[in-house]
Amino acid sequence: MNLFKQFKQYPTAIIGLILIAIIIFIALYAIITIPYEEAVRLWRGNEEDTYRNPQKVPPVWVNLFRKDKFPESFSIYLTDEENKEVVVEDNSEDGLINKTYTYKFDYNYSTYLQEIILYGRNSFQEKQPFIEAFIITPDGRNIRVVNGGMSPKYVFRFSQDSKLKRRVKSDAIKGIFSTPESIKNESPELLKGEYTLVTKVRSFEENTKISVELVAHGRVFGVAGTDHLRRDISIALLWGAPIGLTFGLIAALGISILTMTISATGTWFGGFVDLLIQRITEVNMMLPFLPILIMVGTFYSKSILAILGVTIMLSIFSSSIKTYRATFVQIKQSTYIEAAKVYGASNRRIIFRYMLPKIIPMLIPGLVLSIPSYVFLEASLAVLGLGDPRLPTWGKLINDAHTNGALWNAEYYWILEPALLLIITGFAFAMVGFALDKIFNPRLREQ
Amino acid sequence: MENKTEKDVVLSVKDLRVWFELKKFGFGSSGFVRAVDGVNFDLHNRESIAIVGESGCGKTSLMKTILGLYKPREGSITYLNKNISKFQKSDLKWYSSQVGYVQQDPFDAIAPFMSIRKILEEPLIINGVKNKKEREDRIRNVLDEVRLTPVDDFIEKYPHMLSGGQQQRVVIARAIILQQHLLVADEPVSMLDASVRVEVLRLLEKLQEKYGLAVIYITHDLSTVRYFSERIFVMYAGRLVEKAPVDDLLANPKHPYTIALLTATSEPDAANAKVYKEIPPGEPPSLVHPPPGCRYHERCSKKIEGLCDVKEPSEFDVGNNHLVSCWLYK
Ligand SMILES: Nc1ncnc2c1ncn2[C@@H]1O[C@H](COP(=O)(O)OP(=O)(O)OP(=O)(O)O)[C@@H](O)[C@H]1O
Ligand SMILES: [Mg+2]
Repeated sequence: MNLFKQFKQYPTAIIGLILIAIIIFIALYAIITIPYEEAVRLWRGNEEDTYRNPQKVPPVWVNLFRKDKFPESFSIYLTDEENKEVVVEDNSEDGLINKTYTYKFDYNYSTYLQEIILYGRNSFQEKQPFIEAFIITPDGRNIRVVNGGMSPKYVFRFSQDSKLKRRVKSDAIKGIFSTPESIKNESPELLKGEYTLVTKVRSFEENTKISVELVAHGRVFGVAGTDHLRRDISIALLWGAPIGLTFGLIAALGISILTMTISATGTWFGGFVDLLIQRITEVNMMLPFLPILIMVGTFYSKSILAILGVTIMLSIFSSSIKTYRATFVQIKQSTYIEAAKVYGASNRRIIFRYMLPKIIPMLIPGLVLSIPSYVFLEASLAVLGLGDPRLPTWGKLINDAHTNGALWNAEYYWILEPALLLIITGFAFAMVGFALDKIFNPRLREQ
Repeated sequence: MENKTEKDVVLSVKDLRVWFELKKFGFGSSGFVRAVDGVNFDLHNRESIAIVGESGCGKTSLMKTILGLYKPREGSITYLNKNISKFQKSDLKWYSSQVGYVQQDPFDAIAPFMSIRKILEEPLIINGVKNKKEREDRIRNVLDEVRLTPVDDFIEKYPHMLSGGQQQRVVIARAIILQQHLLVADEPVSMLDASVRVEVLRLLEKLQEKYGLAVIYITHDLSTVRYFSERIFVMYAGRLVEKAPVDDLLANPKHPYTIALLTATSEPDAANAKVYKEIPPGEPPSLVHPPPGCRYHERCSKKIEGLCDVKEPSEFDVGNNHLVSCWLYK
C-alpha cells in the first residue's frame, strides 16, 4: 500500500531491502540444501568428510585475480572403470586382479600442491593385495612412489613417506614437481607439463575388491576456502545466515514485545505494579550486560538457546521501558480508552488492543534497527569463544581464524568472508530501519 | 422495568462527593480537590437534562463518576434501583451496555488506528454479540442512524479521514450501538466547527426522541440547552446551585450566579467565551479549601453578611419544580 510508495523515496532503503532479501535467500538456501543435522555433523570436521579438502586455503575464485594461478584441488577414483580419463590395462587371471591404471593430468601452476594422497579400500581374507605406483614427469623421469601391501583402509600420503623423500632428494611433492637440476636450490624451479600416474594393483585371493582414489590437495578450494580442520568454510558462511538472523529476529522481537507489554501493563495498572517495574528496570539497567552473558557462557551453558534466553531476560527491563512509559502515560489518558472502559473493555483488552497498537509504529524502526545488533551480539560472543560449540556461525569462523593466527599468516579470506556478511547484514537493516523511522515518525524527516 | 410510568426515575444521585487526593512526592496526602461535593438529583426515564457551569466546576468529574470511571468518596449513584458502587462483575457488564458516553474531543475519543467498522464493532464484541453478521448489520444500521451515509463510504475509513463533525457522529453511533438507555454527552459540540454544531445537536435530539433516551448534556454554552433539555442544573464549585425546567430557568433565574451566567450569554453579538470570563466577575473558589458558607458568596453582589459567608444554604423550592440553593429564597 502507500507504505511501499513512501519507501520508494529512499533509494538506500531499497538497497537495504534487496540486501536483506539476499541474506534471507542465503539462509533459506542453507536450510534447504544442508539440513541442520548435516551441517552440525560437517562442522565436526570428521576425516571422512574432509579428506578431500586441503587445509587453510582460500577459495578458488582468488585465481581470477592472479597471474600465477594457485593449483586447484582434485580427486578421482582410479579404479572407477567408467571413467574415461583413466586408462586401464587388465591382466587379471583366474579371478585374481592384476590391473594397471594410467592417469594423466596437466600441471601448469606456479606453486606446489599441498599434498597428494592415495586412498585404498579392499577386502581380503588372508593375503593382502599389492599396490605399486609411479609418476612419470614431463621431463621423462619415472619416479617410483610406493610399492607394498595394502591394508583394508590404506592411506598413502606422498609428503610423509621417507623412502619417497630419499628417492627425490627433497620434500616429496617438491621433488616430483621440480626440475631435478634445481632441486638443491633455495627455490627450485617448478616443472610444468603433463604428469602421468601409473598405479598397479594385484590381488592374491579370489573375490577381493579393490578401490583406489587419488586425492590432490591444491592451494585453493571451493567457493569459500577451508579452515585449519580442512572444513569447508562455506558451510559456516551459509549456516551463519539462518542462525544469526533467527537469533537477531527472536531477540529483537521478543525483547520489543515483552518490554512493550510490561511497560503498558505497568502504566495501565499504575500503583504498586508500576513502581515495581520501575525499580526492577533501574536495577537491571545497572547490571553489566556483557559480563553477565560471559559468565553464563563460561559457567552455565554455551548453548545458543541459553544465551538467547539470557539476552532477552537481561534486555527486557531496559531504558525502553521508561521511554515507552512516557508514551503510554499519554495514551492512557486518551479519551478513547475512557470510552472503552465505559463500554466494558477488560484490562487485558485495553492493554493489547488499545494501548499497544498505538505505539507499534513508533517501535517498528527501532525493532528493525536492533536486529543486526543482536546478530552482532551472537557473533561477538562466538568471537570471545562463547559461541555454541556445535554450530557453524559467522562469529565462530572469526574466532577460529583469530585463534589460528589467520591475519599473521595472511589468510585474510578466513576473516573477511564472515566479517563482510556481518557488515552487510548490519548495513541492510540499518538502511531499512532509518527509512522506516522517517516514514513512521515523520517529525524526524525534517532534520 | 422501564414500562411503569413514563416519569420513572432512571438515575438517582444522592449527596455525591468525588474528591481527588493531592499527592505529595507520589505518596502522602496534602489535601483533596473537591471536584464534586454534595450533588443530589434524579433523572427520569426519557428525560433530558443539561448541566451548565464554568470551567473547572466539576461537571466532567460528576459525569465520569456516573459512568463508573471514578469512585465516589461519599454518597450514592443508583441506576434503576441498583447502587452502582455495589455492582458485581455481571452488573458491571450490564451497566456498561446501558450507558453511552459522548466526549468532547471526537478525534481523541476514537482510536486512530481502528477503522470505523472496528470502532463500532468493539462494544458489540465486548458485550457478547457473537454473530459476525449481526454485528455488521448493527454497525450499518447505526451508521445510517447517525447519517454517515452512504454507509459504504464510511465504514472502511479511518478517523483521520473524517471531519470533526463526522468523527463526532461516529462517537455518537458508538454511544447508542448497544441500545443504551442513558446517554452522557460532555460538551459534545464545543470542539466542533460552529457550522456543524447545530446539526450534531439536532441529531442528538432526534435520537433522544426516537429511542427515548435519558440524556445528561453538559455544556457551558447556555444558548445550546434549548435543543433538547427539559431541565437545567446549574453547577458551581462542585455543587448544583439551581435546578429548574428550561423555560422557567431562562425566563426566571433565581440564583445570583445563574443570573450572571444568563447575562453573559444574552449579550447579543459578543463572543461568548470572552464575556463569559468577565461576567460573573471574580475567580471561582479554591476546590481544595472551599470557602465556608455559600461557595459563591465571595463573588455575590447580594450576599447577606453573617449568613452567606457562614452557613451553607440548603435547597429551597420556589415553586414550579424550581429548586435553588440560596439564602435569598429561604
Ligand atoms: N483525575 C483528576 N485528578 C485530580 N484532579 C482532578 C481530576 N479530574 C479533575 N480534577 C480537578 O477537579 C476539578 C473539576 O474538574 P472537571 O474536569 O470535573 O471540571 P469541568 O467542569 O468538567 O471543567 P471543564 O468545563 O473545563 O471541562 C478541577 O479543578 C480539576 O483540576
Ligand atoms: Mg469537562
